[in-house]
Parts: sequence; structure tokens; C-alpha cells
Amino acid sequence: MLARQSPCAIRYQRVHFCLLHSDFFLPFLMPATVKVLERRPLSFLQRTYLPGVLAGMRTTLRHMVAPKITMEYPEQRPPIPAGYRGVPTLVKDPHGREKCVSCQLCEFVCPPKAIRIAPGAVDASGPNAHVEKAPKEFEIDMLRCIYCGLCQEVCPEEAIWLQNLYSLSGRTRSDFVHNKAKLYELGGTLPDTHFKWDKKKAAEEAGNAH
Amino acid sequence: MDLFYQLPLILQLLIKALIVVAVLMGFCLYGSLAERKVSAWIQGRPGPNRTAIPWIAAIPLLGRFLQRLGIFQPLADGGKFLLKEEPVPGHVNWFYFNLAPVLALIPALTTVTVVPFGEYIDAAGRSVPLILADLDLGILFIFAVSSIGVYSTILAGWSSNSRYPFLGGVRASAQLISYELAMSLAVLPLFLVVNGPGSEGSLSLIRVVQWQAGTCWFVFIAPVSAFVYLIALFAETNRLPFDMPEGEAELVGGFHTEYGAFKFGLLMTAEYAHLTVGSAVFTLLFLGGWNPFPGYTWGEAATWTGLALHSGLLGALLALGTFLLKTIVMIFIFMWVRCTLPRFRYDQVMRIGWRVLLPLALANLVVYAIGIAVLTQ
Amino acid sequence: MSAFLFYLFATLTLGSALLVVLNRNAVSSAMSLFLAFIGMAGLFVLLEAYFLALQVMVYAGAVVVIFVFIVMLLDVDKLPRQRIDKLSKGAATIAFALMVTGVLWLFHKDQFTGPALPAEATGAVLKTYGRQLFTTYLLPMQVTGFLLLIAMIGVIVISKRTPAATAASGK
Repeated sequence: MLARQSPCAIRYQRVHFCLLHSDFFLPFLMPATVKVLERRPLSFLQRTYLPGVLAGMRTTLRHMVAPKITMEYPEQRPPIPAGYRGVPTLVKDPHGREKCVSCQLCEFVCPPKAIRIAPGAVDASGPNAHVEKAPKEFEIDMLRCIYCGLCQEVCPEEAIWLQNLYSLSGRTRSDFVHNKAKLYELGGTLPDTHFKWDKKKAAEEAGNAH
Repeated sequence: MDLFYQLPLILQLLIKALIVVAVLMGFCLYGSLAERKVSAWIQGRPGPNRTAIPWIAAIPLLGRFLQRLGIFQPLADGGKFLLKEEPVPGHVNWFYFNLAPVLALIPALTTVTVVPFGEYIDAAGRSVPLILADLDLGILFIFAVSSIGVYSTILAGWSSNSRYPFLGGVRASAQLISYELAMSLAVLPLFLVVNGPGSEGSLSLIRVVQWQAGTCWFVFIAPVSAFVYLIALFAETNRLPFDMPEGEAELVGGFHTEYGAFKFGLLMTAEYAHLTVGSAVFTLLFLGGWNPFPGYTWGEAATWTGLALHSGLLGALLALGTFLLKTIVMIFIFMWVRCTLPRFRYDQVMRIGWRVLLPLALANLVVYAIGIAVLTQ
Repeated sequence: MSAFLFYLFATLTLGSALLVVLNRNAVSSAMSLFLAFIGMAGLFVLLEAYFLALQVMVYAGAVVVIFVFIVMLLDVDKLPRQRIDKLSKGAATIAFALMVTGVLWLFHKDQFTGPALPAEATGAVLKTYGRQLFTTYLLPMQVTGFLLLIAMIGVIVISKRTPAATAASGK
């Protein structure tokens, strides 16, 4: 059918992609124009494939001298987008104090049950004496973690964060169970403007504790 | 040098042969590196650039450059092939399974004996060719011996006793037989021209090169021959787009699917040896061998510049260098095409071989025969 | 040295020729035939007939490959062992006896110690060799070529399936 069209036949057709054949939807749907090209028989030169081969070789040669786009991984690192969910870590507040109060919300919400918290008493002589609780031990099994970020979302203290770290390695299974020390080492300190417990302490000292 | 000539003849020949084999093996080793590098560059990657020998890589600028170039990679590959466990599947025919990789190297290393590398004028004014065995039947020897190379592929495929290698072996044998015809027919016009009426008949490759030095390269005189020969060479060396025997996409690994470790290394080495020898022969037949430019020799360059560019050690080195450079360019073209073209379907390979190349080569031969007869009347 | 090489190549040729006949495995037979060709090429080299030696090598490389190819496709190993009937046995014995008698008779008549072959016959001088092929020995060459052509057509006729044959075999 196509072959019988005029030699330079480029026909424009209006094709309506209508789910419903109703005039109401018509203006909202994109009318597409379709080019119908006629297939001409190949010339002798084209049938030898040589021009095509040579054109292909020119293309590959151009790629050969073009700059390489490989990222050489251990030295070059990919840019991490904002909001990236990497390895979960525990963070300290700008004064270097532990933020986690071992409320165990993350432990309860964690879908693969990767988090284990052993709550403990706060060191009465430490800088966090005014806080109610602190974790005695905090373990995240990175072989179970699915990097869903629910722990970060649920944390009332903003103490657990999924940060930029994406490559973990270890030789044994126990290498992948991060304990509290390791989690704080990975987490570091994040800026914080709330200082919720300081405000509570100040309120208590001013006599209007609730 | 005098010490060398005082050695017994057989020792002299042995040393020469060992040097040639060492150079060929070097080409095979670095052929695999070049293959990886060229395909990496074409695909926008840097290619192997990590392997390093600590002391050499520590040299300030050069070591880093060599490491980036991947110079040490083939050594690591070779070491790996040597040290790996040799797996022999339980279902293979043990004798032929082990014979095939050995058989792969024999023709590749034998053909190189009749390939000349250069020529220079010695102190006595004689022209000395650089060749292991100056055989009058050079090209026939190369065809005869290299056709034995198919035994390795077919035996490897058959003895593996499993489907994909077997298919690879069968395909290889059919393909090689088909393209051998076109290949030898494509070369015949060259020898018709070289051995024109009045000259003594010879199939020596040196004669072909010397004839080209006097006139012009055969790639210009017989372009159709060069074209057919080049395509047949692609098929004979099992390179893409004709790598039917090992087409990864459809045959897993083809004839060497069941091979591992050093036996696989031998098969790969043989493949690159075939590639190197094929490129060298193409250079000799069509690209003027060790002469620098079409219709221009190092001897003419010597009279032009007044330097002894064609005699003594300098002449030998220049001729050798020119020849190797051309061979390397040919090898590069093989790799370039490999990265450009997709694999043919098997029926297309057969159609090209029997219905395009063979009639083309025959017509070419007839045209040149008639042309020579008319011109010499 | 030369005598040693002669006996080496002669043993190789005869031994592998024997293996061609005796081997149960068809592929091993084909490989033995290949070795026999190599031995024969070596013998021609010893006679300084390099051209003929290379021609035998070409046979070894090309013809045997076709043979191996066919052996593989036919899968001869799977065929049941055929019993040879008495007629064939008798014919083979008579033919073998005739051949042995003929060779012994030739030895007896001292036919093998004639003058050395002229250089043209061994292909030492390519041009004269080619000229003789196309003049003196034109008829034998053409007849050989014709025989090969007949064999080729025969193979095509046998291997080509006619519609009738396909229907008869029930496929």
C-alpha cells in the first residue's frame, strides 16, 4: 500500500489517541502527526554495505579520540544527591552530647528488625544528666538493614540519620553489626537548633516544669 | 656478532627462531592488551589501567604512564592462566581435548618461518633478506600450513562433547573451508603480475615485496584482490564480524566453552598469533612490506638524503621498523572493525563466502589474466 | 640423517595408515589419515619435491577437514556395528592379494631403481611444472578434474532430498 504512493511521499496524518471516542476529551489529548516514509530499494553501493561500514568506522574512531567518561571509582566518587539514604548512623548534637534517648521507636518501626537497643540509665555526672534515658548499647545489623529510612523518620530526637556513606565492606558477619561506638564514629555531629532537653532543663530550673 | 657466526649452524638457526617466536609471542601477549585497550577507548572507557609492578610503577612519571597504559596487564593475565586450576570436565574426550590447544599453536608458529621481515644491503653490496627460511613457495606454504589450524578448533569443539562447543567447531570448519578458496584465488592475480612472461616463476613473498618496491603497492594495482583477501582474512582469523566459532551471544563461548586456565590461554594465544601473521602477510602482499611509501624504497631515500638508510644495521632496523609499523596498523584495523560491526548471521557468512567473494575473486583472476595477456602481446 | 628421517616419515605414514583402517573411532581414523598425509609430505620433502610436499599438506589441511566435518555430522559412532558379508570379505582378500603380488612383482623386476625423476616432475621449477601440466599431462589432469566433478554431482544428487523421498521416509 505504501509503495504505491508518490516517490517523495511524506504524508502527514492526524492520529487521535482517544481512550473514549467523545468530543469532550479531544482538546485535552495530544494529536500526533505521523510521518509515513516510503522504503526505496537500496542502490548498488548501499547493497555492498561498504558506505555503511565506513561510516560506522568513522563513528567509532571519533569515539576513540573523544574524552573518556568513565568514573574511576575509588579515586573519583559520584556526587551524592541531597536526601540520599545511605548507611544509618547515630549523631551527636553540636555540643558533642548524645542525642539518642533510647525510646526504641526505631527498633519497633524497623521493618527487617535490624535495630537492637539496650536502654540504660543516664550517667548522672555527664553532660546529659538532665535527659531521661540513654542507650546502653545500640546495634544495627547492616546485613538486615534495607535502607528504608523509617528509623530516621520516626526518631523524635533526630538522633538517627541515613547519611552519605554507601559502601560497606567487611570480612565477617560480625563486621556488619554496627555497635554504638561504630555508629557514633560514622555519624559524627550534625547541626541542631532545637536543644529540646536544654530548654526543658531551663524551664525546670525556672520553676515551670510540666 | 662474530661470536654468533662462529656457533654451529643449527644453534644459529635455533637462536634466530627463538627470537622470532619470542617477538611473535610478545605480539600475542600485547595483542590481547591492545584488543582490550582499543575496544575500551572506542567505548569511552580507559581500559585496564590498574596492574602495576611495584618497582617499575614507582618511577615518577614513566611508571604512572605505563600503568595507565596497562603495560603490566598481560603479565598478570599470563600469571593467572598459569596458576589457575586446570579444569577438565568429565564428559570430554581426554586425548583430543588436550591435543587441541597444542595443535592451535603449531600452524601459527610454523607459518612465521617463511614470513620475511625486512631486507638490507650488507657490506659486500648484496641484498640480505631477514627471514628464517627463504622458501621459494612462501605463500603456498603459508596457505597449506595455516589451513591446518582449523583442526584445533574442530577438535576442541568435538572433544568437548557438549552442544555449544560442537556447534562452534562445525561452524568453524565450514567457514574456514569456504573462505580459504576465496583467499587463495584473491592472491593469484598478484603472482600472475609478479611472475609475468619472461621472468622465473616464484611464489616467494620477498619477490612480491621487491616487485612492489619497483612499481607500486598491490593495494592500488589490485584493489579487488586486496578487498577480497582482507575479508577472507577476517573470516580465516575468526575475527568479528565473522567470529562464528565463538559467537558469545548464541554459543556461550563457542569451541572453547569447556576450556579453562592455561589451555584457554593457549587457544587465545593462537588466535592472536594468527591475527599477527595474517596482518604481516597482508602487509607483505598488498602494502609494500618494508618499503616506506608506494613506489619509494629506503634505497631511494638513501640516495636522496645521502645517508645509508638501506644498508647495514640501520637499514635492517629501518626496514624491520617499517614492516612492524604497518603490521601493527593492520592489527589495529582488525580491532577497529571488531568494535564497529555486529556479527553476521551464519547463513549470511556462507552467502558472502560462496556467492559474493568466490565469484568476485574468480572474475578478478580472469580479468587480470586477460589484462596481462593483452599487455604483454 | 637423511636415512633416519626417511625411516621416521615412512613409519609415520605406514603406521598411521594402518590406524586409519583399524581405528574404531571415526574421528581418530580421520586424524590418523591426517598424520599419514603429514608423513607423506615429509617423504616428498626428503625427495626435494617441495611443491608436491606442500600439495599433500594442502590435502591434509583441506580435504581431511571436509572428511572430519562429514564424520561429525553423520555421527558414525552411533551406528550399529555392521557385519561384513562373505562376498565383500572374499573380494577384499582377492584385491589385497593382487596388490601384494603386483608390488612384489615390481620389486622383482627392479622397477624402482630407475633414473632419478627430472626436476620438472617434482615441481622444483614451478614454471616448467605448470607448463607440463597444461601441455604434456593435460589429458590426465582434465580427466581427474572431470572425475572430481562427477563425484561432486553425485554427492549433491544423493544428499538432496526430493519431495518424493521425503514423503516416503514419512517426514
